[in-house]
Amino acid sequence: MKPFNLFPYGSNIHFMRLRWVSLAIAALLMFVSIGTMVFNTFRDGHFNGAGTFNYALDFTGGTVTELHFAKPADVDAVRGRLEAAGFHGAQAQNFGSSNDVLVRLQTAPGKAARTADDVLNAVSTPDNPAKVTKSDFVGPQVGKELALNGFYALCFVMIGFLIYISFRFEFKFAIAAIIATLHDVSIVCGWFAISGHEFNLNVLAGVLAVMGFSINDTIVVFDRVRENFRGMRATPEEVMNASVNQTLSRTIITSFVAFLSMLALYLFGGESLRGLAEAQIIGVVIGTLSSIFVACPLLLWLNVTKQDLMPKARDDAALARRP
Amino acid sequence: MLVYGRWRTIVAVLVLLLSALYALPNLYPQDPSVQITATHGAKIDAAFRQKIVGTLQQAGVAPKAVEVQKDGNLLVRLTSPNAQVRAADTLRDSVGSDYVVALNLASTVPDWLSAIGARPMLLGLDLQGGVHFLMQVDQKAAIDKRMEAYAEDLRVMLRDKRIRYEAVERLPDNSLRVTLGAGADVAAAQALVMKNLGNLQTDVQGNVITVRVPDKELTQITADAIEQNVGTLRNRINELGVAEPIIQRQGTDRVVVELPGVQDTAQAKRILGATATLEYRGVVEGSAADALASGNVPPGARVYYRKELGPDGKPIPILLSKRLIASGDQLVTAQSSYDSRTGSPSVDITLNSVGGDRMFDYTSQNVGKPMAVVYIERVPEVRKGPDGKEIRTTRINEQVINVATIQGVFGKQFQTTGLSSPKESADLALLLRAGALAAPMDFVEERIIGPSLGAENIQRGLEAVGYSFLFALVFFLFYYRMFGVITCLALLLNLLAVIAILSVMGATMTLPGLAGIALTVGMSVDANVLINERIREDLRQGMPPLTAIAEGYKRAKGTIYDANMTTILAGVALFAFGTGPIKGFAVTLIVGILTSMYTAVSVSRGIATMIYGRRRKLQSIAI
Repeated sequence: MKPFNLFPYGSNIHFMRLRWVSLAIAALLMFVSIGTMVFNTFRDGHFNGAGTFNYALDFTGGTVTELHFAKPADVDAVRGRLEAAGFHGAQAQNFGSSNDVLVRLQTAPGKAARTADDVLNAVSTPDNPAKVTKSDFVGPQVGKELALNGFYALCFVMIGFLIYISFRFEFKFAIAAIIATLHDVSIVCGWFAISGHEFNLNVLAGVLAVMGFSINDTIVVFDRVRENFRGMRATPEEVMNASVNQTLSRTIITSFVAFLSMLALYLFGGESLRGLAEAQIIGVVIGTLSSIFVACPLLLWLNVTKQDLMPKARDDAALARRP
Repeated sequence: MLVYGRWRTIVAVLVLLLSALYALPNLYPQDPSVQITATHGAKIDAAFRQKIVGTLQQAGVAPKAVEVQKDGNLLVRLTSPNAQVRAADTLRDSVGSDYVVALNLASTVPDWLSAIGARPMLLGLDLQGGVHFLMQVDQKAAIDKRMEAYAEDLRVMLRDKRIRYEAVERLPDNSLRVTLGAGADVAAAQALVMKNLGNLQTDVQGNVITVRVPDKELTQITADAIEQNVGTLRNRINELGVAEPIIQRQGTDRVVVELPGVQDTAQAKRILGATATLEYRGVVEGSAADALASGNVPPGARVYYRKELGPDGKPIPILLSKRLIASGDQLVTAQSSYDSRTGSPSVDITLNSVGGDRMFDYTSQNVGKPMAVVYIERVPEVRKGPDGKEIRTTRINEQVINVATIQGVFGKQFQTTGLSSPKESADLALLLRAGALAAPMDFVEERIIGPSLGAENIQRGLEAVGYSFLFALVFFLFYYRMFGVITCLALLLNLLAVIAILSVMGATMTLPGLAGIALTVGMSVDANVLINERIREDLRQGMPPLTAIAEGYKRAKGTIYDANMTTILAGVALFAFGTGPIKGFAVTLIVGILTSMYTAVSVSRGIATMIYGRRRKLQSIAI
């Protein structure tokens, strides 16, 4: 029985010939992404960290309104009416008894009272009137330390990659892999900065998980590069090309399956999973492309050679044997 | 050759069985319930249970069960959330302040499963809701505390610069009156205050300097206090091991805490609102009893009471210095332990450098003199007023738990004994570690909160997660045929193992968390893809099928190892981020990848061996 293939075997596409074009495109994408984030941050003429992304309720805080209904309230209907009244991303939940509903919203500060009335108008119906029992500001769910922790986490992971990859592969591989990963993460972030799509904690989790996918993909290709450098008699460019071609079917299958899973989440998962899935979809596409078009060209650019991957100890031993 | 050792088969079967067993509790629903815990030495026994059953009967609430649990708590299981709220309200009124009454969701997992440590994953605030506490910050206490600190700063400052003063007192209008000694340099003193406490206003009349705290500063003090309290609460909840809570500021002086399905809500409540801390003070010579009798307490001293009772059955009074040597605020770490000599419960304390220096200075100057440890706790009390309204008051409980002679000089590390039980020392250590509350907080509201996502939303989310998983399975069946079946079996075992491990770890499952499981399991197929592609490659190069399978597994192993190690590194960084869904996502990622390394590399090989291993003359394989 003939195997079923998504991609023909024995492909021999000359990926490395395109390396200056692909590196230029990658640099441009990265520049645009980071540029937009910087522009958003300084849009008001001074540093304003809240402007970088369209942050959601969990980052900004907002108002909380407690409502008491005359009869048990249908929370899903309340949500629907809030959405219809233009309160995007409003969170409604039962609170204590089935007659009480708690509504959380994102608002500009200084408008708490108006919001409470607006909410009341939106959710109250003639046959089940509601009244506001309490309305207050709520702070963000995440502390200010999140940004700092994030920075530390990023530094930690980069140092971790550097040490691990240098140890298992070689320093040049570590540099290339790290740049490719940063490239992917910054483009996904850039997409959220450019599109202005809502950025909540789930999106942040999604963006960070891109890092995992991206490095995984890059390492698989590098693994084959390492193997071929040791086994093939060819120029670095040929080795690189052969390695990408040999791993191409695996790369496409894995990415395709991951892409399909995220697409299911994006299409059917509803509001709460959309941002997460969106980040992941972009991450999978960019992460797959970057292993081929960014990480490998970078390796060539860094002048990786067969000698880099030869065990150093053997050289010492050979030297010692000389008279 | 393709072989799979007997012991490996046994391990694989064992993993399958254990995974299934520990994933099982997730199939049992939870009961809405009310948990009652005794505090301050009160007891929960059969008689108390009888009383509760009676009270519930009177109120017309029919419980599903009333159980005294092994840890000494009473659990009232109810049939609906509405009955739960009614029961909690009734019981709270009837049991008094010696018991903590808290809403809870109790597991219905059978005892034999609980006995082996199997428990269900908790559902997050978005899927199931949880308990909602609203806490009010006592702003006046925050200001009081800061004023005391200013007064102490002033005393230390004047003493250091050798400016003689008679008294530093607090006035009711948020100002401090500094009375200098005769002949002291008033101008120098004022300049000193201005220099060190520039945010305060000073006013001089004769030898009296009035230091006023401006209104803007007062607002700042309360704002800072709430900010610090939110941080402290976050630490405390982390210490309790509750995952994915919501802690946010509400309005000017309140903090909302929402916890998803907590095991022991009463414990959470006790720890959240607790204000216990320690203070170290020098003992002032003289008889406290005489001072009390004459009303003539020496200046710079205050009467405290010891924990031990005197011959008259009352706590023994003792005179302690108003000057604080160190307090729980200056602490770096605290660990509960046992005193090596007496075996009594104690707390090992490490102070920060400021506290350590002060402790060192004090002990080096006072060797041979006694020093006291004061345990301070604020106990909230709710009474019904004459008009039926609830009156909230608090009693501050200050107790000298330990007076010891300073044997030698010590700095920032030492041990404090005198605590009555290991539980008390563990709780105190937790509170000290999590940081002190800048101002005490009282519970003003406690309710069960429904899921923050709509029923439809949850339904869609769960379906999508299911679909995404199904997509992967169908694709592999189609693409790799027999090896697709093997891949799918490995994938399903991986899913089961991830759920089992997360359950045992007590993880909280949110909708994004579930998506994370699907994504992780989906990503972990990479290992199988690598193996299967290697086998195909080897087959194309003309290897015999059995050798190709064996070689494929062997050669893909190194790749899988390197690729997964780096992904785990990324997961660890995510975990270090440490906030809500991100942390959950990280745990899922790490667990999923670790299990997939086993299922994809070892278990799938076992299955392949089972299918093909005995067929010596195998011509072709379906891959």
